[in-house]
Amino acid sequence: MVLKVFFPSCCSSADSGILIGRWISEQNSAVILAVVHFPFIPVQVKQYLGEVQRVTKVSVSVLGSWSNSKQEKEESLSEFLEDLGTIFCHEPWIQISKEGDSKFWSCSILQKHSKNPQEEEIILVYYDQRKVMLSHLHPPLDTAGQGAEDASKLSAIFDTVARSQVLFMTDRYDEGPIKLTHWQSDGVEASIIVELLKQASVPASLLASNLSLHSHVFCRVLKFWPLSFLWSKLSTCEQLGHRLQHLQVISSNKKAQNQNQLMRKANIFVSLLIDVALGILLMSWLYRKNRIGHLADTLIPVADHVAEELQDLLQWLMGAPAGLKMNRALDQVLGRFFLYHIHLWISYIHLLSPFIEMILWYVGLSACLGLTVALCILSDIIALLTFHIYFLQTSIASVSYFLFLFIGTLLFTILLFLLPTTALYYLVFTLLRLLVVIVQGLIHLLVDLIDSLPLYSLILRLCRSYRLAAGVKFRVLEQQDGKPLRLLMQINPLSYGGVVQTYRLPTYSCYPRDSWASLCKKLFLGELIYPWKHKGDKQN
Amino acid sequence: MAEERRFLSASGVPIALRRRQHSASCRELAVRGPRLQLRSLSAATSAVWLAAYGLFALCENSLVLSAAIFITLIGLIVYLHFVKIDQESLLVIGSLGIQVTSAYASGKESTTFIEMGQVKDVVINEAIHMQKVIYYLCILLQDPEDPQGVSEVVPLFQSSKPRLDCLIEVYKSCQEILEQRKTAPQSSEIK
Repeated sequence: MVLKVFFPSCCSSADSGILIGRWISEQNSAVILAVVHFPFIPVQVKQYLGEVQRVTKVSVSVLGSWSNSKQEKEESLSEFLEDLGTIFCHEPWIQISKEGDSKFWSCSILQKHSKNPQEEEIILVYYDQRKVMLSHLHPPLDTAGQGAEDASKLSAIFDTVARSQVLFMTDRYDEGPIKLTHWQSDGVEASIIVELLKQASVPASLLASNLSLHSHVFCRVLKFWPLSFLWSKLSTCEQLGHRLQHLQVISSNKKAQNQNQLMRKANIFVSLLIDVALGILLMSWLYRKNRIGHLADTLIPVADHVAEELQDLLQWLMGAPAGLKMNRALDQVLGRFFLYHIHLWISYIHLLSPFIEMILWYVGLSACLGLTVALCILSDIIALLTFHIYFLQTSIASVSYFLFLFIGTLLFTILLFLLPTTALYYLVFTLLRLLVVIVQGLIHLLVDLIDSLPLYSLILRLCRSYRLAAGVKFRVLEQQDGKPLRLLMQINPLSYGGVVQTYRLPTYSCYPRDSWASLCKKLFLGELIYPWKHKGDKQN
Repeated sequence: MAEERRFLSASGVPIALRRRQHSASCRELAVRGPRLQLRSLSAATSAVWLAAYGLFALCENSLVLSAAIFITLIGLIVYLHFVKIDQESLLVIGSLGIQVTSAYASGKESTTFIEMGQVKDVVINEAIHMQKVIYYLCILLQDPEDPQGVSEVVPLFQSSKPRLDCLIEVYKSCQEILEQRKTAPQSSEIK
């Protein structure tokens, strides 16, 4: 059987002493956590370990001895170290000794009570205590009730090191009965900033709890009828509600129970922050040099131009488009009908024109709520401004529906002659509508991207790649005959794709994304594409 | 400790299998594919540039040339960093696990470590690949719910695709260490 000793690389230069750690009998391995130096009083060590055990709930015990002889003179020490095994009885008793500056340590196992003492092979695995302590193995496990099962896996080692964080709190310069060597944080320079942040967090948390209260009230107000109707139709409101939920999550006073919730909170916070920052950037760009006025001035001519183009298109359709011969009467009727609609729309825009600048000015203010909100408003404005195309599609779709219904009753030949005319109109206006839907879809895609991107996790992966571990990797170190095999355990970081997949924030709807296929189906069947979200869409 | 033998891959390219015995229960098997040839690299580059010059002569837009340079550079980086695998190695550590590493030409290494508890067996399998049957080595992963079942098959040496004689060599080495694992639990029961 192979015995594995997980040794923290920071202890490799520690003075002689005894090794404390956890023995995992299921996998026949010892996880060394720290080295206790000479001199010590065995009773005090036992007391200390008992205390640690009580706090961390890790069965920490004395596993063996560690001798680091700078000069090769301490002959008598080996016997003494063996005798230590009788004071702290542990089976097996691990003896690791390092001579001089040699990289190759000798390691032996003492098994006093074993009936058949056999040569066991030993593998020394070095690990970085700090990285292992801070990292989180993925996929995250449900910690409750899996302890026994986990004991046979590597996650047990990670768990052991992470839970004995208390052990690493003691400082090198602390006066105490026991001197320990283990990983410890280098200095406390940042502590002033931390203290200031702590002071600032009191009013901040008060504000946050206040906010959450208000948002609760706000949400309740929106449940009432006329508002809830509007709420469900406009994507802006949907986005606002989504952000409110996020605010509630962040400002809730409950402590995050596990790593996943903590990450979720941090991700939401960073995403909100970035969103608002981008929004304010956009706002500052918009309000400088009277850009809003320019925008409003160009909007009306553009709308006029679009209407003109549409009228031209209709004129073309009413003649003989692309040399197609249409049913003259039906063609004229349909054409006139649409021309009238466009006329109506133009007058609606012109009615609005004096207010457009003001509307835009106020809408621009909403950008301070976040870029996503501004984008959603843009999408809604597009939907409102291109209402006419929607109406055109509605009417043409109902006309073709009407014709389809008559398949059984009307004569087949008449239908066959009329179909190309209606089909052409349907095609043209559906294409126009599709253009608008695609633009809206792209805007929503961008909003979804900002909403769902786990920025905090990605930054963490970029700067502290060991924090999100997908697993471990081993490197075989140089070795010598007769000395145990030495391995270096490194942390294998999660891939960026994995990070996004694990920590993706759920978005409120995947309205444009998952409905591309259904959109095509609808177009083909002549169903309506609503400019707002339709209840039926979600059920599908 | 280290021995190197030459084999052929499924497509007839010479490959080298290097076996290193680190200790009784730790063994490393590395398959090294052919190096990147300067000839093929320069052929690909000059093909792209000739095409670009052809287009330039036709439409007389210098944008084509800069695009060609850009495409060559990006293509080379992507090829070296994500496509071309120089060496695939298998580190079998008894009672700890199996580590699969592939080293790309740019030096990037992608590693996966499979714990011994998850490994059910290492087998040689057959597969149809481009209208011929090839053999490949794969690790069978234990299904945590069903002790008899296999939850996943992890294929090894996917880019070099060694022939059967090489695979048998690797297979035997792996099985020697996996055998130790099977005998080990009994000895601990005797105690």
